[in-house]
Amino acid sequence: MKQVLTYATAIGLVLALAGTAGAQNFNDPEEFARQKEQLTMTPHGPEGQPWVQYLVDQMADTSKYKKEGASTVCFSNAGVNNPWRVVGFTNMTQEVALHPEIGNFVHVDAEGSDDKQIADIQDLLAGGNCDILIVSPNTTAALTPAVEAACAKLPVIVFDRGVQTDCPVTFIHPVGGYGFGIQGAQFIADNVEKGGNVLMLRILPGVDVLETRYSAGRRILDEAGLNVVGAEFTDGDNAKTKSIVEDYLQRGKIDAVWMDAGATAVAAIEAFEDGGHDIPVFVGEDQQDFLQKWRALDMKAIAPTYPSYQWRTPIIAAVSILKGESVPGPEWVLPQPAVTQDNLDSFINEKMPPLHYAMCGCEDMPNYPEAWGGTK
Amino acid sequence: MTDHTLSSPQPKQTRRLPQINPVYFILAALIVAIILNNPNFVEPSGYMNFLKRAAPLAILAAGQVYVIVSGGFDLSVGSLITLVVVGSSMLSNNDPSSTWWVICVMLGIGLGVGLVNGLVVCFLKVPSLIATLGMMITLNGIAFMWSGGAPRGYLPESFRYFGRFNIRDVPLIQMLPVAVIVMAVVGFALYWLMHRTNLGRMIHAVGDNPRAAQLAGVPINRVRVSAFVISSLSAVIAGILLGGFGGVSTDVGTGYELQAITAAVLGGAQLLGGRGSVPAAIAGALTLTAIFTLLNFLGLPQPVRQVVQGLILIAAVALAMYRRKRTGQ
Repeated sequence: MKQVLTYATAIGLVLALAGTAGAQNFNDPEEFARQKEQLTMTPHGPEGQPWVQYLVDQMADTSKYKKEGASTVCFSNAGVNNPWRVVGFTNMTQEVALHPEIGNFVHVDAEGSDDKQIADIQDLLAGGNCDILIVSPNTTAALTPAVEAACAKLPVIVFDRGVQTDCPVTFIHPVGGYGFGIQGAQFIADNVEKGGNVLMLRILPGVDVLETRYSAGRRILDEAGLNVVGAEFTDGDNAKTKSIVEDYLQRGKIDAVWMDAGATAVAAIEAFEDGGHDIPVFVGEDQQDFLQKWRALDMKAIAPTYPSYQWRTPIIAAVSILKGESVPGPEWVLPQPAVTQDNLDSFINEKMPPLHYAMCGCEDMPNYPEAWGGTK
Repeated sequence: MTDHTLSSPQPKQTRRLPQINPVYFILAALIVAIILNNPNFVEPSGYMNFLKRAAPLAILAAGQVYVIVSGGFDLSVGSLITLVVVGSSMLSNNDPSSTWWVICVMLGIGLGVGLVNGLVVCFLKVPSLIATLGMMITLNGIAFMWSGGAPRGYLPESFRYFGRFNIRDVPLIQMLPVAVIVMAVVGFALYWLMHRTNLGRMIHAVGDNPRAAQLAGVPINRVRVSAFVISSLSAVIAGILLGGFGGVSTDVGTGYELQAITAAVLGGAQLLGGRGSVPAAIAGALTLTAIFTLLNFLGLPQPVRQVVQGLILIAAVALAMYRRKRTGQ
């Protein structure tokens, strides 16, 4: 009997957890409208440096955090487990090198694990050396208590994915997933006739930033009267992506391809090429391989971005906070530009690796391009 | 010798069903289902694309059968594929003329990995499951270190030729992917080696009863090492095809080791050794790919698809086992 009860409780817990996870709303019309508006806003801050610009003009007072002398900046990183994070983390270390005020930069990598990241943050706090803590959370809900505990001890900056508390000094992020979905889908809606066939390719289900990209994209395509022939998960795998597109091409014409992330865009394009089909309207991302393919084939395409320059901002914010200068907060919303036909050439650099994210804001940094894996 | 002892009781049995491996029926049923869902599949562009896509897994499964029949597992093949794709892109450095020596280097790496796997299993007495698991983790680490976590280069067209190019204007079939030719050649070579040579017989003997094989004079260690080397070389070839088909990515081989083992088992290979067939493993690989393609065409939502995929797999393997019991093999 006891055992049965234990099992029942366990099952109940699992269901309750599943319930809360399911309650997260990935299709929020208010947030959709807000991000849609932010896409068209003129940012505040210095022109040509989007990583220090901000869309919402509200500043956080940080005079109480003012500190003299060299500081220790600690960073709890969710992981360096995909090419976007590799580029981003390079941006960050290069930014650190620009600031002599930072005496010591401590980086701990959670390798994509919530548990490890929670322990990492506890270790950093217990060590007592950090003057400020930067957190890039692995998942939103799981990291919230750890961030709250950190807030009680020192100033905290959160960026990329958020947490469910407003205790950090600032939460740095670009416009967001809805914005990404809107930019791509709107381009399709503007360039494909009503009733055209659109194939939507997604990486995997259940990740908030990707779900919001999809829900926003879907909303726009449906409203424009386009026919979504399928929404398929590719697992971010080139071979699988190519197979899926080939299968769809056997069944009928595709007028546009929308993607929630661009890493497999070139594989999808190749499916059209190899089958001898015309390349349709395409939504990719700012990876070099896609941008170069776009130019080489003279495609009709757009590349919304989730700018990796946002990895520079937390370091800049940390330095400002420790000087007692105010920073945009409690939310620092960065602009989220798209690569379009008009500015395509300025983002292409054939000396960079194929999955280098062009919207890195790193071209003027001292060690560019070698530090990012490129050649002069 | 094994053949003889096995075949003698058979004439007494009443033959209830023709002695054909059930995997071929399963494959045929899936193909019919695909055609019903998508009549265009009978066009060359339909079935040739299917074969092209299945080629890497088919070759990998054919290689895996060697290790399985010899009584082991090879879990390192997936990460070896990743290493081949990442390493080739790093070495070739966008230079089309480098393709040949890069392929030779990769085959050399495969030879080395297979040798190490085999020697660790034979002489350090580490169970193959653990030995190749360790190799898998090591190779993943090497691939990661080499690339820094993100692809650092492209594969030149001459390298991608094998996995990507279709020969056009072929009479009767219109198009013939190079990958299908590679699959046919490698598949036949592995079939011949396994079922028509002494090495194949010795691999069966070692997996069936190592002690008996040893007493009969089979060089057990040499045979086992050869099986691991063949499996690793097949992974290199699969990697070359996959890199050609899809381009560079840092997780291209993920999950392939289990798919290869599944394909071999679907083809009736026995997990603890002594039994298995190369053509049936290739059919098993085609079956796995057919399940994927069919579910693509049905357009079911992702969660349903996973449930169906899992159920079909269990049912197919159960059928293979049931048939084996009935035929007494």
